[in-house]
Amino acid sequence: MEVPILKQGPYLIASIQSALSDADLLQLRDAIVHQVGMFRSRGVIVDVTALDVMDSFATRTLRDITFMIRLRGAETVIVGIQPDVAFTMVQLGLKLEGVPTALDLEEGIAFLNKKGPTPGKEASPRGR
Amino acid sequence: MDGEREAVTLHPATSSPVTHGRDLVVAEAAVQIRGDTDIVGARQKGRMLAATLGFSSSELTLIATAISELARNIVQYAKQGEIILRLLERGGQRGIMVRAKDQGPGIPDIRKALQDGFSTSRSLGLGLAGVRRLMDEFEIESRIGFGTTVTARKWKR
Repeated sequence: MEVPILKQGPYLIASIQSALSDADLLQLRDAIVHQVGMFRSRGVIVDVTALDVMDSFATRTLRDITFMIRLRGAETVIVGIQPDVAFTMVQLGLKLEGVPTALDLEEGIAFLNKKGPTPGKEASPRGR
Repeated sequence: MDGEREAVTLHPATSSPVTHGRDLVVAEAAVQIRGDTDIVGARQKGRMLAATLGFSSSELTLIATAISELARNIVQYAKQGEIILRLLERGGQRGIMVRAKDQGPGIPDIRKALQDGFSTSRSLGLGLAGVRRLMDEFEIESRIGFGTTVTARKWKR
């Protein structure tokens, strides 16, 4: 099942709608990494509200997405990790270190807005 | 090494003596694992079965995640195998058994495979150690060249 990726101003929003196979997750990763350049996006939100399981593979892929997007010069935030999923991830020792998370889409957008370009300080060339 | 057999049975110190033989099987289902899409099917089936026992939603998520890790191990190391799900009764307690069975290469060093962070593949290396942490009982039997069977159980509190 392909994950729709919506362009919302300077951001991309990937809204996972249902359980994903490993291949779906990798397809999502590749699509986001590609589209962030195509649309010159400054931020990516991955909404995992609909995921009832985040195992080691899903967690690893989300971490990969975040780091790959960062290498592309944009910021990613994972939103909507459900309470039961968070509980299981902690039991498993999956911490998602270095990966920004937010409660929901609204908080995710607020996070990216705050991260926005800070001229002079962290501004890097955006050509890609 | 060929044909060498190693079996490890791990129980929490507090658990009662091993009584697999006396577990009453209330229901059983098997899911064939041939590729990564079957992983999703296996964990959904397991969640559905476990839900009939009245597990809490966080316990259902733990069980589904454990099934996911076990099924992925099959795909990654053995290419194919099966996940057997059983609803059990043991001395008035009810629970679910998840068994992952394959005819893959086998695990050369089970103790090492159970260490946190150990992985010969490209996951986070939390597969087996993680499953062991999520479930109440955990056993592995592996024979080089013949395959691996991992059995895990979770009892309803």
